[in-house]
Amino acid sequence: MTEHRRIVGDTLLKVENISLGFGGVQALSNISLEIREHEILAIIGPNGAGKTSMLNVINGFYHPQEGAITFKGEVRRAMRPYIAAKQGIARTFQNVALFRGMSTLDNIMTGRNLRMQSSFLWQTLYYGPARREEMVHRRRVEEIIDFLEIQAIRRTPVGRLPYGLQKRVELARALAMEPELLLLDEPMAGMNVEEKEDMCRFVIDVNEQFGTTIALIEHDMGVVMDISDRVVVLDYGRKLADGTPDEVRANQNVIDAYLGVPHA
Amino acid sequence: MGGDFLFFIEATVSGLTAGVMYSLVALGFVLIFKASGIFNFAQGVMALFAALTLVGLMEKFGLAPWVAIIATVGVMIVLAWLIERLVLQHMVNQDPIILFMSTIGLAYVLEGLGDILWGSDVKVLDIGIPQGALDWLLDDYGIYIEKLEIVAAATGAVLVMVLAVFFSKTRIGRALRAVADDHQAALSVGISLRTIWVIVWSVAGIVALVAGIMWGSKSGVQFSLSLIALKALPVLILGGFTSIPGAIVGGLIIGVGEKWAEIYFGSLVGGAIENWFAYVLALAFLLFRPQGLFGEKIIERV
Amino acid sequence: MLYRETGQFKTDYEADQQIFPIRQDRWLVALFLAVAVLFVPTVINDYWAKAVLLPFLVYAMAALGLNILVGYCGQISLGTGGFMAVGAFASFKLMTAFPDMNLIVVLLLSGCVTAAVGVLFGLPSLRIKGFYLAVATLAAQFFLVWLFNKLGWFYNYNATGQITVPPREVFGFLVTGPEAKPAVTYLFTLGFVVVFALVAKNVVRGRIGRMWMAIRDMDIAAELIGVRPLHAKLSAFAFSSFYIGVAGGLIFTIYLGAVEVTEAFGIDRSFLVLFMVIIGGLGSIVGSFLGAAFLVLMPILLKNFMVDWLGMAAVTAKHMEITLMGVLIIFFLIVEPHGFARLWQILKEKLRLWPFPY
Repeated sequence: MTEHRRIVGDTLLKVENISLGFGGVQALSNISLEIREHEILAIIGPNGAGKTSMLNVINGFYHPQEGAITFKGEVRRAMRPYIAAKQGIARTFQNVALFRGMSTLDNIMTGRNLRMQSSFLWQTLYYGPARREEMVHRRRVEEIIDFLEIQAIRRTPVGRLPYGLQKRVELARALAMEPELLLLDEPMAGMNVEEKEDMCRFVIDVNEQFGTTIALIEHDMGVVMDISDRVVVLDYGRKLADGTPDEVRANQNVIDAYLGVPHA
Repeated sequence: MGGDFLFFIEATVSGLTAGVMYSLVALGFVLIFKASGIFNFAQGVMALFAALTLVGLMEKFGLAPWVAIIATVGVMIVLAWLIERLVLQHMVNQDPIILFMSTIGLAYVLEGLGDILWGSDVKVLDIGIPQGALDWLLDDYGIYIEKLEIVAAATGAVLVMVLAVFFSKTRIGRALRAVADDHQAALSVGISLRTIWVIVWSVAGIVALVAGIMWGSKSGVQFSLSLIALKALPVLILGGFTSIPGAIVGGLIIGVGEKWAEIYFGSLVGGAIENWFAYVLALAFLLFRPQGLFGEKIIERV
Repeated sequence: MLYRETGQFKTDYEADQQIFPIRQDRWLVALFLAVAVLFVPTVINDYWAKAVLLPFLVYAMAALGLNILVGYCGQISLGTGGFMAVGAFASFKLMTAFPDMNLIVVLLLSGCVTAAVGVLFGLPSLRIKGFYLAVATLAAQFFLVWLFNKLGWFYNYNATGQITVPPREVFGFLVTGPEAKPAVTYLFTLGFVVVFALVAKNVVRGRIGRMWMAIRDMDIAAELIGVRPLHAKLSAFAFSSFYIGVAGGLIFTIYLGAVEVTEAFGIDRSFLVLFMVIIGGLGSIVGSFLGAAFLVLMPILLKNFMVDWLGMAAVTAKHMEITLMGVLIIFFLIVEPHGFARLWQILKEKLRLWPFPY
């Protein structure tokens, strides 16, 4: 059951009246929602509801035709991926967007890219400031590797890892960015019960230990009801409901559209 | 009519016919790319090889032109079969760049073979295509257009129509389009990849032969023929890599553009602009329309 | 038993991230360098320098440069020949305009010029990918060769269009021109190549290398972690062109001594270096060297075999050589598309287990 791990703070990110269309398809229609600091927000809905599009708008891959995004007080017409990254938004993908040519360690190290400043000249020498910086970040990355229990696959090229481990590496890379807002797109898809439990544990730990705000898309209702503070339900690009898990579970619209009606 | 205007017409027509010649080579590229996703750098050398074989058969064995042409078609089909057997079969699912590099290797092989089999001196190709200018046009209007170029244009047009029909109407054409889209999916519905590839490379070989005949009749059969392949690249950029009509339109635009640039700008900068103008034109196009005039827009999903 | 890694523990991250973490590798490299620096100069002669070692070294440098762009950053370029020409002609102009300038400085400056040109021609990569980018780089190739042919300023208006290197000394030794001793030219070039290879390896294993590889593997995801595609791609073009420019400069000043642009830097050179990179192994420093060695040595071996052993006429041998090169290229692409670098890795894996089969 949900215990309050961290005190949920003020609004961290707010989207207002977002509408997004591609040619003839309207992916999102006039959606407003907010994500509060330190909370875990679940975004649920049937396939094609626009959940991934919503995340894409938040981190700047898609630019909505209408609406505004407010992040940490700054209002924008549309986010850009680079700015999202710089300001502390990290994310994972449904289809695991890892860099297949690199090892696990290197993939996670790329997450530290924004924080590595040493100049090109020092890079050519390697010894000196460049190496010191590399080691500082290597230590941080190793902490994350320990946290997610992926020590054994450090040097394995990620293309060779099984799907579940790839998802974990992708989470590690997102964590390496030390984000304030973490967007997870179906982090537990394709996992068995044990893997799901592990992933749940990691998500909760990240929220408790680092205070990271988390917005996740998830289909497993058990997981959603268990770990989230609030739930947003989308359907055909519209918002159906928005509230605590219990509120949403009892909402008639949501039941009709998504959760299903018990047979008499 | 004023002399300048006449000159302009001549230049434009010359450009158009050159464009048709480029299109003939580009067609071969498009065919192979459509059906196997391979960019066949060896297409130009195939044209050279076909032309060399044709001349060689006529000279060394004294065959009549039409017999020699049919024999060369046979050679190109055997060649396609060999290529499929020895090279393509082993390269299913490879990276595009690897496939591309292997066609460069293939180009080297064909070039060397052509030289070894038939010798590397310049040859004259005469299969009876009428030479010389169109007399009535020259006499009455003062415009110089070669009969050969008209024949080439007509041949090109016929070839394109035949291929277009072939692709869209026949069962094999449909199979070709399926293979171009997705190798594995095509395999899973029972299309024999290997047979398709032999067919495609044979057709490309025949197209190369036609191109080789036209170019060879015009300027002799020599090594520079294979460099036409490089010119086909800008044609494909403009027309899109997978579009047959695109190859034609692209070829015409490049042909005319090059001629105009050479005539009107060439003198300003010392000439020989034709070496690079086509590429710069293609580059300019790419910046505004990365998929070419007729190509498919690539949408990347995350 | 030779190649055992067991017992070699690393107790800090610095040790873990060395270039050669395995002790046997370090010995091997040290041995190699010792032979290259101490032994070879004593036995080298003009033929070996001009036919084998110098071309190997200069093309290894070019392959290094191209591998950074194609193998590490994933941007295809067919303009290598043109960029080498830029390096060569920049060297020529600098040497003739500033007769007192040290040759090393000349070469480095030529590299900088080429880097700038590379960035310019690399701008399309921001909009275009893959094959289309290859065609755009072809524009660079043909345009540059035409430019160096047409504009007399580049070859100081001499009659033939050919440029010849003026004699120069470095640290008191004559390095350029026909009088230079093979040991001197060899060591000079070797010095450049070793330093450049080390720099390349350092850059590639740090944050810049990871940035390039991120763009190569998935540029959309790369943006996510804060990599700016503009910055990454153009820096790859700049770095790569710098190397290729210096290689071109070395080709002109040390290896050939006199250069005519269409013959020395035409499109077939671009293909040659691309072959070296692919056959050697994309994304591998060692691979660049292996590929260069293969494509420099193979033609020589083939020619010697055919002309000396089989007694073929030189002309036929040339045609056979072209054919056989094509066959070898196709063969390698089929058998090991990841190149010699992968074969080398597999060999090391087998050595680890030797004398056991698995």
